[in-house]
Amino acid sequence: MADEVILLSVWASMFGMRTRIALEEKKVKYDYREEDLWNKSSFLLEMNPVHKKIPVLIHNGKPVCESLIQVEYIDETWPGENPLLPSDPYQRAHAKFWADFIDKKVNVTARRIWAIKGEEKEASKELIEIFKTLESELGDKHYFGGETFGYVDIALIGFYSWFGVYNKFGNMSLESECPELTRWAKRCLQRESVSKVLPESEKVTKFIFQRLGLE
Amino acid sequence: MANEVILLDFWPSMFGMRTRIALREKGVEFEYRDEDLWNKSPLLLETNPVHKKVPVLIHNSKPVCESTIQVQYIDEVWSDKNPILPSDPYQRAQARFWVDFIDEKMYDAQRKVWGTKGEEQETGKKEFIELLKTLESELGDKTYFGGDDFGYVDIGLIGFYSWFHAYEKYGNLNIESECPKLIAWAKTCMQRESVAKSLPDSEKVIEFVTEIRKKFMIE
Repeated sequence: MADEVILLSVWASMFGMRTRIALEEKKVKYDYREEDLWNKSSFLLEMNPVHKKIPVLIHNGKPVCESLIQVEYIDETWPGENPLLPSDPYQRAHAKFWADFIDKKVNVTARRIWAIKGEEKEASKELIEIFKTLESELGDKHYFGGETFGYVDIALIGFYSWFGVYNKFGNMSLESECPELTRWAKRCLQRESVSKVLPESEKVTKFIFQRLGLE
Repeated sequence: MANEVILLDFWPSMFGMRTRIALREKGVEFEYRDEDLWNKSPLLLETNPVHKKVPVLIHNSKPVCESTIQVQYIDEVWSDKNPILPSDPYQRAQARFWVDFIDEKMYDAQRKVWGTKGEEQETGKKEFIELLKTLESELGDKTYFGGDDFGYVDIGLIGFYSWFHAYEKYGNLNIESECPKLIAWAKTCMQRESVAKSLPDSEKVIEFVTEIRKKFMIE
């Protein structure tokens, strides 16, 4: 029986980007369906009744929710191509730790820059600190896991397409503040899976401006 | 080479309880070290510099942080007995989903139950009971969350049970009447040696919460 894979997401979601990159890395054919978050499809509400959020991965009719859980599921279900997590338990724990750090810290801070008036200065400082911690973890490595593109890279790279938004609202240049991370992001963009999935920074910025009713 | 396993923990931590249970399920000998969270040890600060939190699992000098990551690590390293996660990828994803749900929602909700007053507490109580009912609904008629075998989601949740009497006392709740199936599940889990040994006495937790309330809340 052929695999039927559907992904419910929105183009600008850095979380949906994770799952898409993972599917592309594994060369899995999937049906991408764009959701309207202000008018969620009944299918989305049925497939993720607990959180009602995207992305939702539906494999042969069965839903998997939460982007990092989806990435791990994809790695386990299609183990042949491009392993996304290391095989050694300690290295796996290390990768999960950093993906968890990204999940705990990045979006909640970054969001304050553009979504909450008056918080942009403080939130920008905090975001730079968080990115510097990640830069320190990256060190001299090509990717977070070393030579191979993997789980932590996938967890973080989507945020790069939002740098334009953070820079504009935070009145800063993340590229100058975090040059190592920027170099890493550009390396990731050389991968087909990433360049196919990440939207142009300008497109994301325009989208947010429109959402907020700005020029 | 013998395994050296140290767990830096704090006895009332429902997160630390997860790691204790997992180690005991696997029959792993470990050295338990209780931390004073108001005076953290240099070893704690050195092994978890990013979050400076417990629990920290140190295996042959290498630290693993975050309780759910520790439980998964323990399952992978000591894979010969009592599997904690299912082997099927879809069932694994479901188990992870529910522990992620617990992690996202439970801590903040339960904190409001014992740590706030007035309207904030009432809202917190409602949220908390809603969460328990959602979990009870997921449990259904199964013995454990994973079915017939004790596993990841049970380990993710059971530690909170040692705090239930504290929630009932300070939140003026009767959890058993709201969620009888969940209480039945908890009692089943408590019959496991790994759980009974890893959870503190309810009365001790109540004493602890009383102290914390004195310190941080204006009565």
